[in-house]
Amino acid sequence: MEKNKGPLLEMRNIKKDFFGNQVLTDINLSLRPGEVLGLVGENGAGKSTLMKILFGMDVIRETGGYEGEIRLDGQAVNFSTPFEALAAGIGMVHQEFSLIPGFTAAENIILNREPTKRNIVSEIFGPRMDTLDYKAIAQSADKAIDKMGVKISADMVISDMPVGHKQFTEIARELSKEHLRLLILDEPTAVLTEKEAEALLASIRSMSQQGIAVIFITHRLQEILSVCDTVVVMRDGYVVKESPAKEIDIPEITRWMVGRKVETSTVNEARELPDAKPIMSIRKLWVDMPGETVRNIDLDIKEGEILGIGGLAGQGKLGIPNGIMGLYEAGGTVEFEGKPIPLNNPRKCLDASLAFVSEDRRGVGLLLDESLEWNVAFSAMQIHDKFLKKIGPISWRDERAIREVTKRYIDELQIKCTGSRQKAKELSGGNQQKVCLAKAFALQPKFLFVSEPTRGIDVGAKALVLEALKRFNREHGVTVVIISSELEELRQSCDRIAIVSGGRIAGILPATESSEAFGTLMVSQVV
Amino acid sequence: MENTLEKKNRVKDLLDSYGLPRLIITCFVLLLFIMAPMVGADLTMQIGNVINRFSWNAVLVLAMVPMIHSGCSLNFGIPLGIIAGLLGGTLSIQLGFTGTTSFFMAILLATPFALLAGGGYGWLLNRIKGGEMMIATYVGLASISFMCMMWLLLPYTSPTMVWGLSGQGLRTTISLDGFYGGTLANFLAIPIAPDKGLYFPTGALLFFALLAFAMWAFLHTKTGTAMTAVGSNPQFARASGISVDKMRLLSVVMSTWLGAVGILVYQQGFGFMQLYMAPNNMTLPTVAAILIGGAAVNKASIPNVIIGTILFQSVVTLTPTVLTAMIHMDVSEVVRIIVSNGMIVYALTRKVKGGAK
Repeated sequence: MEKNKGPLLEMRNIKKDFFGNQVLTDINLSLRPGEVLGLVGENGAGKSTLMKILFGMDVIRETGGYEGEIRLDGQAVNFSTPFEALAAGIGMVHQEFSLIPGFTAAENIILNREPTKRNIVSEIFGPRMDTLDYKAIAQSADKAIDKMGVKISADMVISDMPVGHKQFTEIARELSKEHLRLLILDEPTAVLTEKEAEALLASIRSMSQQGIAVIFITHRLQEILSVCDTVVVMRDGYVVKESPAKEIDIPEITRWMVGRKVETSTVNEARELPDAKPIMSIRKLWVDMPGETVRNIDLDIKEGEILGIGGLAGQGKLGIPNGIMGLYEAGGTVEFEGKPIPLNNPRKCLDASLAFVSEDRRGVGLLLDESLEWNVAFSAMQIHDKFLKKIGPISWRDERAIREVTKRYIDELQIKCTGSRQKAKELSGGNQQKVCLAKAFALQPKFLFVSEPTRGIDVGAKALVLEALKRFNREHGVTVVIISSELEELRQSCDRIAIVSGGRIAGILPATESSEAFGTLMVSQVV
Repeated sequence: MENTLEKKNRVKDLLDSYGLPRLIITCFVLLLFIMAPMVGADLTMQIGNVINRFSWNAVLVLAMVPMIHSGCSLNFGIPLGIIAGLLGGTLSIQLGFTGTTSFFMAILLATPFALLAGGGYGWLLNRIKGGEMMIATYVGLASISFMCMMWLLLPYTSPTMVWGLSGQGLRTTISLDGFYGGTLANFLAIPIAPDKGLYFPTGALLFFALLAFAMWAFLHTKTGTAMTAVGSNPQFARASGISVDKMRLLSVVMSTWLGAVGILVYQQGFGFMQLYMAPNNMTLPTVAAILIGGAAVNKASIPNVIIGTILFQSVVTLTPTVLTAMIHMDVSEVVRIIVSNGMIVYALTRKVKGGAK
């Protein structure tokens, strides 16, 4: 590695806000040619935003650009499109594949940069009519694959490939660009098997030897340590730690990742409920939820407690409520109050006085085109025959009762709206979330799953939502399970917190436990 | 300043809620009404015609409502319901019923066919969520073609219906004189211009009002509410423990049955029963009517049905009179096609994402 050269990339005082919400503050980074930089941080720490700025993604410009300076080889640059970034020798491999399924690996690798041969038609009609030189294509593709150091078949069609090979094809595509100097890998190993991941790490090392700098984003901390020269930890839009990989270990990284205000953070009224009997016991639960697969969960939930379920994205924590409530294919046994709950049947769960506030507010949680009244009252009407009045043999909607209950929740949860008849889609995210809670409260459940209750809502609404949940638990004795990516939020509102990792429960700790302990659990079984 | 701005906003809101195409058609209809006396047409006659045609078509348009509510989108497969109605009508005549009895017997006899066909159609639509409109169109066309053969093959024998020479197969057009022709319209009919044979079809309008009220009432029940929620956001409905498929099936059966009743009402007004390819001519005008009435692909109300049918039938009846007088050319068919197809295209381009599809 050439350590004596000037930096290839320098980012100075990068700042970015989305509509007044500061997501990046004073980010300073520098990268030498051939250096491998590991970027870690919790979800929402700002890693992806930073990479989007570097790569000139449209979303940055559309939301008002950024502050600060990016220097490439000492020259200030400001990419306004990804094409400019590509031209400057920056390549990026995204989490989602952008490959053409019906083309071979070689065709995908060389796409739009194909070597061509002239023929009679193109002599007359110009270079757009050139024939493709398949031999040359195969050669350059092979070269790129060699460079990567992993063997994949160049003439295999993408749709026939295992996921790992698709990922390698993407990387090879970036490597085939002759002037590539910096490669950004955004969680490339998330979809890979252990063996493939090792091969990928090896190829990162070989790229680095060829002088290509790599920014490597991953949740698997062991990988960071084994391949990176430098580790940068981000949290809440700040770079909180920058250190050579040799001088840091996993516990320390996790502490930096999650440990905001480690000493001062207040855990609010976490209770121990030693006498409480379990209200729900989950055994051998698996859930086939894309991106949130649950593999094998055993969990007992005590009556009257607030249980938090935390963990990194994609580890399966969201699959638990979605599977139990019948929204995704699931198996195993779930007992509620001693009686088994049939899975894959939303109605049966609701009949058993369970309720669920979905993380997908707009997709599952709300009737966007209908009034708040409908949103609040609908489930309770359908499940418990509430808000109906009988005239003759027919039960009619009781509009007055619906309006009253909606107005009550509007006051109670401080939902900002023009009235109970406003359409749900016209509210802001935070207020929509409150409507979702009102819907669940109106069901008067004994047990409530709340999934990502504070995702995408502002600080004020966050506090209110958590407060409302806590009050609901305390005043009505309802058992609440909060599933959230934000550990700090769980620590503030829960009694116990279970951490999910790799589709399994990695451990359950009282909410008073230190952030490091949770951090260690989070990454313990990451797949 | 602020006041005028607010007023401007209110005008804009009003315009938005009324919808631009509906506004254009309304203006066009008003223009036709103003021009009609100027080109020498009898305005009373025209208005009477519009009312009568409304009474023929309104139930068919009403048949669109349940499927729209449950998110099965526009019922392009209404020929299926129409065919059930035709079967009911022909059977009623075949079995020798006459007069008003034959009308209600026709509805009764059509019902099992409508339920059966609607059930199968609903089952099919549940299998191809997202592509309902296209499949529905083909279901309509296929059922029409199938019945073209069946009308010839089924062993009908009533001399009023079969071909005179061979004594086999049904005629394309069957007069309903003595059966249920005018049976509703003549109930409590109020003469408008008796010398020209123009009456106010009180009975037919009452019959529509009855069905429309029943529909309105249904949409205010628990099941009706669930149906609307399914159309608005199927994911939400599922998470609330509603069986989405069951609701959709119910809505399709309702739509099909209303289509059957609708064609019988149309026939009693028109005075003839039309078989073979005729059901095909009902689809687009019916779909266009409810869209002109302001319905969206997944939202429709009873006022949409009423306004839409009046506007559409006004265009259809007034245009030939006015334009023929003005340019001495019959362009009524052209206008009808442009309006109905144009309306459908417009509505489909504006297909908003109703919940998660």
